[in-house]
Amino acid sequence: MNNLIKGEKHDWEMVIGLEIHAQVKSNSKLFSSSSTKFGSSPNSQVSLVDAAMPGMLPVINKYCVEQAIKTGVGLNAKINNYSVFDRKNYFYADLPQGYQISQYKYPIVGEGKVTIDFKDGTSKDIRIVRLHLEQDAGKSLHDQNPSKTYVDLNRSGVALMEIVSEPDIRTPDEAGMYISKIRSILMYLDTCDGNMQEGSLRADVNISVRKPGDEYGTRCEIKNLNSIKFIKQAINYEAKRQIEILESGGSIEQNTMLFNTSTCKTRPMRNKEEAHDYRYFPDPDLLPLEISKEEIGKIKSSIPELPDELKNKFIETYKLSNYDASVLTAEKQTSDYFNETINSDSELKNHAKIVVNWITSELFSLLNKNNQDLNNSPISPENLGQLIKLISTNEISGKIAKDVLEDMFSSGKTARQIVDEKGLQQVTDQGEIAKVIDEVIAENSKMVEQYLAGKDKLLGFFVGQAMKLTKGKANPKMLNDILKQKLIKKN
Amino acid sequence: MKIDKNTINKIARLSRIKLDDKESEDYINDLNSILNWVEQLNEVNTENVEPLSIISSSILPKREDVSKDTNSSEEILENAPDKLEGFFAVPKVVE
Repeated sequence: MNNLIKGEKHDWEMVIGLEIHAQVKSNSKLFSSSSTKFGSSPNSQVSLVDAAMPGMLPVINKYCVEQAIKTGVGLNAKINNYSVFDRKNYFYADLPQGYQISQYKYPIVGEGKVTIDFKDGTSKDIRIVRLHLEQDAGKSLHDQNPSKTYVDLNRSGVALMEIVSEPDIRTPDEAGMYISKIRSILMYLDTCDGNMQEGSLRADVNISVRKPGDEYGTRCEIKNLNSIKFIKQAINYEAKRQIEILESGGSIEQNTMLFNTSTCKTRPMRNKEEAHDYRYFPDPDLLPLEISKEEIGKIKSSIPELPDELKNKFIETYKLSNYDASVLTAEKQTSDYFNETINSDSELKNHAKIVVNWITSELFSLLNKNNQDLNNSPISPENLGQLIKLISTNEISGKIAKDVLEDMFSSGKTARQIVDEKGLQQVTDQGEIAKVIDEVIAENSKMVEQYLAGKDKLLGFFVGQAMKLTKGKANPKMLNDILKQKLIKKN
Repeated sequence: MKIDKNTINKIARLSRIKLDDKESEDYINDLNSILNWVEQLNEVNTENVEPLSIISSSILPKREDVSKDTNSSEEILENAPDKLEGFFAVPKVVE
């Protein structure tokens, strides 16, 4: 695969690493009992700890620690028995403490890796450097007033997992696939809700360019991107910017950039003079975090099936293609839905491919059209299973099944009810079909002559006419067979 | 280690403290004498000794993940010099 991009003078390669900030799914914050609920009125979920009132002390949330360990296991990473919380010092209006409690030298999770799968069947490992726990800051609103910034501290102190990758990513698409894969793993583990719109998952992108084979170039960091589309756009713009500078003889200044989502451009966030000096040091309010082998073992044994394992299982059990299996397992709700559908009737196991198609094309497009999600699908897995069984047993045709599905979607009735009420059972009576075909042939004698004279295309016309007369209920294969036989006889 | 004018300016800037020339001079002297005193510790051989940051031998206490309704906005904003509709209002941070 050619991952190079063309400059004016020669080809360039992108070198990309991601720092993903994933909000831990928990009821309360990392070091205080305030709620983590999204969308509450401003500053309503702020304890004295979160507001950094003098004398307040942090007490760690046990569940957040378990969530981080679980995630580490899901990233095939080493879990550290010993980790330390440090203070990362900086001033900002939405950081009441004047420092963020984070982990610097001793993170809770060490090296790991995740695999991304390409459409052509190949795959690539992206190495993880570390995962550490830290506090989120508050939220600043800059655009409400010309001279003021408004601050809401509800998010202040919520637990984040920062997942840092090695610079193993080479294209914007790989970056997108990597973050999708991380998101998928987090959602299977139920350690993060994966909601990028609400900011539960966001990324900083480190990017540099180099001539193939050269050492890494100087990198810039693009901060706080909250959609896969923006990540790709920001990388494309920033790579182009760096190449233009280098090709015109300049050099890249290491800088922190912001991405403007309306202009699709990056710009420096702060200049070098104000370069950050975080002065990390161990937080004297918190003892080191020690986790026993037993605790890690207990958490490991509670890990659910992850997308990669499930994908392989689907390929093996149901003989699905790699592509079908990865579409099914990309989101937990999809694989759950598939599992429930295929297990709703023992017959369906032999028609796995049909089940996949009805979920990923027919049902998905209906949901899309109606702006709905699989989670609140009006069609239950059992009901879809029933519909697919009606198809697989030839009781209704695939074409009619599509209408039935739409009816199920809007009326909430079962497939069986709709088929019975509307009398949609497929006509499989030879005599009945033959009668209809005779009618069609008799009414269209001219066309029949033309057909017999070699105009093969007219076969479709006869089929269509016959279908019309049976209201689409004739078994298509039988209709075709009988029609051909009758026409041959005419000759 | 020696504290000079540049170092003291940098520390002051990081701490958001404004120092006049006289104050800078005083702090340079104070900090240098503190550092000189502490540097006596360099005479001790600390090879293979992990830095000590905590002297307590107890274990990090943990809490269960139970959230408490705080409904805190009034109390939290009580000391704010400026506020609007439940938000803190501060001088604009970005241009």
